[in-house]
Amino acid sequence: MSTHADTTTTMHSVRTRHDNPVRDFLSSKAASIAVFIIATLWTIPTFGLFVSSFRTKDAVTSTGWWTALSNPAWTFDNYKQVILGGTDNLQVPLVNYVVNSLAITVPATIIPITLAAMAAYAIAWVPFRGSDAVFFTIFGLQVVPLQMSLIPLLSLFSQGWSIGKVTIIPTFDNGLTLFGHQVLPAFKIAGNYAAIWLPHTMFALPLAIFLIHNFIAALPRELMEASKVDGANHFLTFTRVVLPLSVPALASFAIFQFLWVWNDLLVGMTFAGGSDAIMPLTYRLAQLSGSLGSHWELLTASAFVAMLIPLIVFFSLQRFFVRGLLAGSVKS
Amino acid sequence: MKPRRLVAATAAAALAAIALPISSASAAVNCAPYKQYGKLTGKTVHIFTSILSPESDIYMKAYADFEKCTGVTIQWEGSNDFESQLGVRVAGGSAPDLAIIPQPGLLQQMVKTGKAVPAPAGVVANAKKYWTADWRAYSTVNGKYYGAPLSANMKSLVWYSPKFFKKYKLTVPKTWAEMMKLSDQIVKLGQKPWCAGIGSGTATGWPATDWMEELTLRMYGPKVYDSWVAGKTKFASPQIENVMKTLSKWLMNPKYVNAGIGDVKSIATTTFQDAGLGIPKGKCFMLQQASFYGAQFPQGTKIAPSGDVFAFFLPSINKKWPIPVEGGGEFIVSFRNAPEVNAVQTFMSSPLYLTNRAKDSAGGWTTANSGVPVSAYPTPLDRMVATYLSNPKATFRFDGSDAMPAAVGAGSFWTQMTAWFSGDNPQATSTIDSIAKAIDATWPTA
Repeated sequence: MSTHADTTTTMHSVRTRHDNPVRDFLSSKAASIAVFIIATLWTIPTFGLFVSSFRTKDAVTSTGWWTALSNPAWTFDNYKQVILGGTDNLQVPLVNYVVNSLAITVPATIIPITLAAMAAYAIAWVPFRGSDAVFFTIFGLQVVPLQMSLIPLLSLFSQGWSIGKVTIIPTFDNGLTLFGHQVLPAFKIAGNYAAIWLPHTMFALPLAIFLIHNFIAALPRELMEASKVDGANHFLTFTRVVLPLSVPALASFAIFQFLWVWNDLLVGMTFAGGSDAIMPLTYRLAQLSGSLGSHWELLTASAFVAMLIPLIVFFSLQRFFVRGLLAGSVKS
Repeated sequence: MKPRRLVAATAAAALAAIALPISSASAAVNCAPYKQYGKLTGKTVHIFTSILSPESDIYMKAYADFEKCTGVTIQWEGSNDFESQLGVRVAGGSAPDLAIIPQPGLLQQMVKTGKAVPAPAGVVANAKKYWTADWRAYSTVNGKYYGAPLSANMKSLVWYSPKFFKKYKLTVPKTWAEMMKLSDQIVKLGQKPWCAGIGSGTATGWPATDWMEELTLRMYGPKVYDSWVAGKTKFASPQIENVMKTLSKWLMNPKYVNAGIGDVKSIATTTFQDAGLGIPKGKCFMLQQASFYGAQFPQGTKIAPSGDVFAFFLPSINKKWPIPVEGGGEFIVSFRNAPEVNAVQTFMSSPLYLTNRAKDSAGGWTTANSGVPVSAYPTPLDRMVATYLSNPKATFRFDGSDAMPAAVGAGSFWTQMTAWFSGDNPQATSTIDSIAKAIDATWPTA
């Protein structure tokens, strides 16, 4: 839940730009030095991994990476195997699984954010009875652990849900027929990308709604009233006013969700149903070293290939953390 | 542009290297032996297993011709979370077609779910013809046979150095008494005969459970062994405490251990991988460890009856059971009754498939299928192991701690053995009794 705390503080600093003692302390020299030391310590293992990824297998097993300069045995072979494939345990290059992971991660990030933003707006600004209760119920759903739902969800996807002979939720294996008309085409959820998107969406929603709601609810009331006076309905207010203003919140949640889904192994492993065609990168990485760990030298190189895309996402969205879109929109 | 062209060239070369052997092989495939399995064009069979590449590559290569001739596609999925994932997938209604299950306990659990399908007639026929009754019993649940074993390994081995045995004029022992005499003989040479290590990360202690199992099987036979594994004979019973006493006189004897490493307590802190590395160097004379230990010796070590290292059969103690063999293996269990699944399951239990698999092995792979000619194995050790595993006169028992409830077999049995080896006064009767009672206390009641 540290991610959760991080977002709230980030959003907090976006909203309030007054000076305070904590802020002063954090920008002091002592703090900078501490941060520098901590960051260096934290980076050393990654750096070691990076150095090892360019060393031959024999060199890695016989000497430490810190002696790399005195025992030079450099090679691009690990990267060549990972990127081109074609060696005995990497027939299909790892790049294919990067594509799989993207096909899983991008929708599994966009779907929950879209739903959560709409829900958050409705709870915060559409007055209806029991909106607080709805909000707290959703918030409370966060306590449901993901692991608990693996078997029920898997069985829902593969067999639907029925009580006795009454089908409550059908499988779409034969499509959906209503009054003799084929409404939906045949579609198998189990073993398909949808089976991975759905659990990720479900488990992202409570936190996403909570975070985005906090942000949207804090928008100035005058803004909503102004758009109402201008004749905008809820949909227009949401798309034209609220969404552009919430970009920092949406982007920060997008980063967390993207990283979470990208690094996920359990959901991908359980719901991909063993199909090579949709298997995420993490699952392939977990298999890569072999049952007896004889090919673990490939892990160093593939770890960096796998890290590349989250880094790109992080750096391209990171500016939204800092930028305050609200500045000057309303007099307060 | 230069580097890019270089990459393209290497890629093309790599592709050519892959493509060539396949195209040349397909021309020479003899489809006659595969005719009995019929035409299965367009069908897919999904195998779920804990065997990962590169080990799995040889399994896949061994069925490549079968795929070509029948037209079936076999999808091999290896996962190091196999044990937990299989349970989740079976309960969630998306079970694999075939699962390669390494523990008889897990196999029984899968049968209990009602989703596992009894083996087809072809597999049953192969099992009756090529496996011993002891092996068949491990995948028979309520009178129904659920799947033939695939590979098998043997634990009842003692690694030694033929080179140094020759140098000191020592002979390989045939009985337990001879082995103890040999140990004393080495002590008289001023050396420690045995080395051992039970360290193995979170599974530290398992090699010691193997020693307990070997001795129980040798001293009291299969009946007591089975009743002990089932929890009916307690650890604190006179038999099992006697087993512990024998073990303490053997591998806790300060004169015997720990050769080249340290004292008795060092057994608990030495990893099982490192324990026997002194054998080819002449620092240690004997190590009790399974057949797969051969992979631990450094490259270039000659594993042969007259080489740097080899193994002899851990001798029997009681003449009633002259060839007690303890080992492990895995079973192929089906979850879908369909012609293509049955065909693959039957094929993978046939001598044809297993011989293909054995021929391509680089050593260290054996099966208990007696239809595989011993000459198919590439190394002398594999040939010896295979002979023991498929011997109908042998008393075969599966690794007992794997079949005990996890709280004991993968819990207190390991930890208490570790505590025993690292504690003070391990040979005292009171220590033995308290260790045995501590394990009994953790046996689940329900």
